[in-house]
Amino acid sequence: MEGIYWPSFFFLLFSGIACAFALGVLLAKNIVRMAFYLVLSLSSTAGLFFLAGADFVGAMQLMIYVGGTLVLLIFGVMLTSQERFVEMRTSSGEWVIAFFIGLMLLFTLGKAAFGVAEWRGLDRATAEAVQVEKTVTPLAMGLLGARIDDPGKPGYLLMFEIVSVHLLVVLVGAAYLARAKRKTGGVGPNAD
Amino acid sequence: MAEFLLELTVFDFHPCPWTWLAYTIAAMVHVALILNLVAVSALVFIWLERKISGRIQDRLGPTRVGGKFGWLQTLADGLKLLTKEDLMPNGADGMLFKIAPYVSFCASIAAFIAIPFAGGAYPWIAQHLNTGVFFVLAVMGLEVFGVILAGYSSASKWSLFGAMREAAQVVSYEVPLGMCVVVPVLIAGSLDMVVIGDRQAGLFTNWLVFHDPFTFITACVYFTCAMASVNRAPFDLAEAESELVAGFHTEYSGLRWSFFFMAEYGSMFAVSILASILFFGGWHGPVPITSMIGLGGETGSIGWGIAQALGLANVLFKGTVGVCMMIWIRWTLPRLRIDQVMATCLKYCTPIAAAMFLGATLWQYKLPGKNFFGLINVPTAVYEVSEGWQVKETEAATDDGRIVHGRIANDRIASDWRQPRLDRRGKRSSLVSTTAAELGERR
Repeated sequence: MEGIYWPSFFFLLFSGIACAFALGVLLAKNIVRMAFYLVLSLSSTAGLFFLAGADFVGAMQLMIYVGGTLVLLIFGVMLTSQERFVEMRTSSGEWVIAFFIGLMLLFTLGKAAFGVAEWRGLDRATAEAVQVEKTVTPLAMGLLGARIDDPGKPGYLLMFEIVSVHLLVVLVGAAYLARAKRKTGGVGPNAD
Repeated sequence: MAEFLLELTVFDFHPCPWTWLAYTIAAMVHVALILNLVAVSALVFIWLERKISGRIQDRLGPTRVGGKFGWLQTLADGLKLLTKEDLMPNGADGMLFKIAPYVSFCASIAAFIAIPFAGGAYPWIAQHLNTGVFFVLAVMGLEVFGVILAGYSSASKWSLFGAMREAAQVVSYEVPLGMCVVVPVLIAGSLDMVVIGDRQAGLFTNWLVFHDPFTFITACVYFTCAMASVNRAPFDLAEAESELVAGFHTEYSGLRWSFFFMAEYGSMFAVSILASILFFGGWHGPVPITSMIGLGGETGSIGWGIAQALGLANVLFKGTVGVCMMIWIRWTLPRLRIDQVMATCLKYCTPIAAAMFLGATLWQYKLPGKNFFGLINVPTAVYEVSEGWQVKETEAATDDGRIVHGRIANDRIASDWRQPRLDRRGKRSSLVSTTAAELGERR
């Protein structure tokens, strides 16, 4: 048992779960089951982030992707879909095309991932000596414009602001669309 | 705990020589403690709910099982549930139907992993996360997923309606809830719950609920939203006995149903403990008795153990008070309509939370380093636990003898965030070491 390098073991465990449930998303017929497998796959990706010491990104993954899938499931699928989309049948032609596209994407990503020398694994002695640092503080200060991890470099305040304003516009737009005035007067106490 | 096991030596004998064994034992102990905490607290709270609701309705509640107060009533209920037949509707999606209660229960329990029960340099916490609050919120948001799966897979209109209501409610209430949680995070300057808790050390005047008027209102809004997000009456539209039979768990019986029940009580307890840590001092009592009589002391000593255990008792007591409040409110107020629930969230809670957030920000800007509605200064000890960018009022003498007053952010900002928490024990006092000359320059 001493011979096992445990971070690698957990990396393989979490990535195995993530890949298995990603396949589950592909192979499932029922759309709610697909969403459920997607949630499990994304959750174990969050596990990978926690394993790497990136608490903040891991929690973000849980909040945004896993929670977001939930909203997608409810409002995007269950409320809008017709009967034929709830049970999906995939034709063999689609399987072939998807297989080749997926294979090409996998090849590209694999080539990119293994092509960069710095991304290759460290040897075990070096890896065991690496101390996981707290990441949230420098990240948050960086978003506010102060790089305490690397003083002198510019922060990310502008990007943060742009994204915030963008989201605000989306929210205002959504509220505007949802509150479209009805032309016809209804009946009942709330009719306008 | 794993580090402790590895360092443990009993009479020159090293009981746990392997790293993997230490980590496995530590994980199992933590998981066993958390599971038992949730399960036993659910037993106690169900009994408590029956007793309190009985008193509110001028009855006695359970009186027979287990002697005087009927305190074994929940156990008897549990046995009854065990013997019930496990039914599943014909049209149900079998796999999702079976897995849904576990999803809810797991989400409810997983939140406890990052919740500290006592603070200090060695906090009592299963996993000390840098982003504790955020993790807890993210995980507790997943509980609704089990409810939606249950509602969908039951192949029943009642269940589906219940699940839809729950989804709409939880998704909307997460917005004000998140905004309320940001306020203590802002004041403590950290997402780390241990830091937020230790920010409130000392007298009750240091509790964040009394930090300024805005946090006081924020605490109230937080409690309202927390109640809605765990589906308690008056926000229990997902169950709504009088309209939807039992809402999302209409088709469940026996042990599976009881898992939903445990998940509900578990997350009630979790949001109450979260409230106690964020606003009501966490493991610090209203009066710092332990430090007054000299308990505490060196980490690992008996005095320290007693002090930590008292902290644990504080957290559990405050959590229980929160749950009792929820029970009290449930049996006092009638259930809201769905439009009233949405109006409460969107027209009241969200704008109030946003305004309180702005107010608390301005208060921190104008009156930094003040506690208790701006009346008293933040004790120096607080700066020793904070993460290092708190602004502090200081005064120092310059070379020519002038006294300069200024606000400085303490200088650990640049150097100390890299230090892991464990290494801070020895050198906690050298925090605000800005020299007078530097201070003069900054003015």
